[in-house]
Amino acid sequence: MVLLWLLLPWAGAAQAAEIGGRVKVTAPFIELHTGPGAGYPIFYVVDRDHWMTIEERRTDWFRVTTEAGKDGWVSLEQIERTVDADGEPTRFKRMTLADFTGRRWEMGALYGVLDDVDLISVYGGYAITRNLSLELWLQQALGKFSHSYLVDLGLVHQMFPEWRVSPFFGIGGGVIHTRTSASLVESSDTTDETLHVGAGVRAYLTRRFMLRAEYKEYVVLTSRNENEEIEKWQLGVAFFF
Amino acid sequence: MAARRRLLLLIRVLCLAAAWSCAGPVLAEQPPAPRPDEEPVIEPDVAQSHARLAKIDTEDFELGAFAGLLSIEDFGTNAVYGARAAYHVTELLFLEGTYGYSKAGDTLYETLTPGVRLLSSQDREYTYYDIALGINVLPGESYFGSGWAFTNALYLTGGIGGTSFAGDDYFTTSFGVGYRLLFNDWLALHVDARDHIFKRDLFGENKTTNNLEFSGGLTVFF
Repeated sequence: MVLLWLLLPWAGAAQAAEIGGRVKVTAPFIELHTGPGAGYPIFYVVDRDHWMTIEERRTDWFRVTTEAGKDGWVSLEQIERTVDADGEPTRFKRMTLADFTGRRWEMGALYGVLDDVDLISVYGGYAITRNLSLELWLQQALGKFSHSYLVDLGLVHQMFPEWRVSPFFGIGGGVIHTRTSASLVESSDTTDETLHVGAGVRAYLTRRFMLRAEYKEYVVLTSRNENEEIEKWQLGVAFFF
Repeated sequence: MAARRRLLLLIRVLCLAAAWSCAGPVLAEQPPAPRPDEEPVIEPDVAQSHARLAKIDTEDFELGAFAGLLSIEDFGTNAVYGARAAYHVTELLFLEGTYGYSKAGDTLYETLTPGVRLLSSQDREYTYYDIALGINVLPGESYFGSGWAFTNALYLTGGIGGTSFAGDDYFTTSFGVGYRLLFNDWLALHVDARDHIFKRDLFGENKTTNNLEFSGGLTVFF
């Protein structure tokens, strides 16, 4: 539940306050689809010099209403072949590699293994500079005999932020809470501090989307005489704002 | 004799060196190159285009609730309630987070043997979360009468998550198929079928369980 609701505060960030704008078609014609996708059929065309109003955006599709009262969806490529009331071309924000490089916030979900145990992670990161970002990780490891919650706070440094496939390394610390399975006779709860180092790679895919793969090595500062070392491998998806 | 010649050579080298060092500043005192701002400037005769980024309400997020039936393996079919949030990355791909709650019924053994309870009431609570990647396939339109048309899409999902049940947590994978029908530009109806798969060894035997869920719900785009 906690993991899911973490997603929600980010939702507001994508909402733009201003709505709409009347635009005039400069292309010979513009196609209106019934839904936001190339797979939805074209049901109407708006001719050159006709006006329409842009109502909303969903991914790279725009819902418009025409003067004739038609309501349909136009692709990003076609909506940019219009001008506004001042005769200036309509342009929309396209997410590119430059936005990936200059991102501020990112969040994602990854699957991994923590010493052969299945691990699910969500994380949020904030870029302090183009190279350095601060990350908070919430993770659940679900093993046959025990399950753990891990919270990590770390600093991640990427050497080449402008690369499409950008390697990074990081250090940090956190806590691990482990509970042995209820089916075992002696069940126990332990909470220990951890330190970690790691390395990985982010790969920009499209729009706000990226792949992320990484390796982390943890040292668990146990109350016993010996510290424990754990390895983590992960692969997942993330998006940025 | 040889010593004198060597002295003369040394004097000649010293004089050359002195001349070279004096010539240095002379060479540097050449008239400076004309500064760029003194050169004639040709004004470009190009009309400037003030392309502005239009601000349009983006509606890539979807949030809603659902209710349905969950068949918990060995524990009968029970009501399930939950919430879902999705982010639409492209027209094809979306990321979805789901949280669901159900309460397991009795096993066949408990039904046939009055008085026997294998799990406490608290341990029968079944909650799960699922983080899934979805892909929209088969987009289309549905018609209601002659005056109404609604866009829709069939989608496939695959995800990972955790399930809490019988006092334990299990790593869970999920696979599903769903149908999304948009009543207008912001309200959508979902009908989903999903299989939650996890291994548990509740009755001494480690088995893979398939927990089938069938649900319907409403979401809003924002």
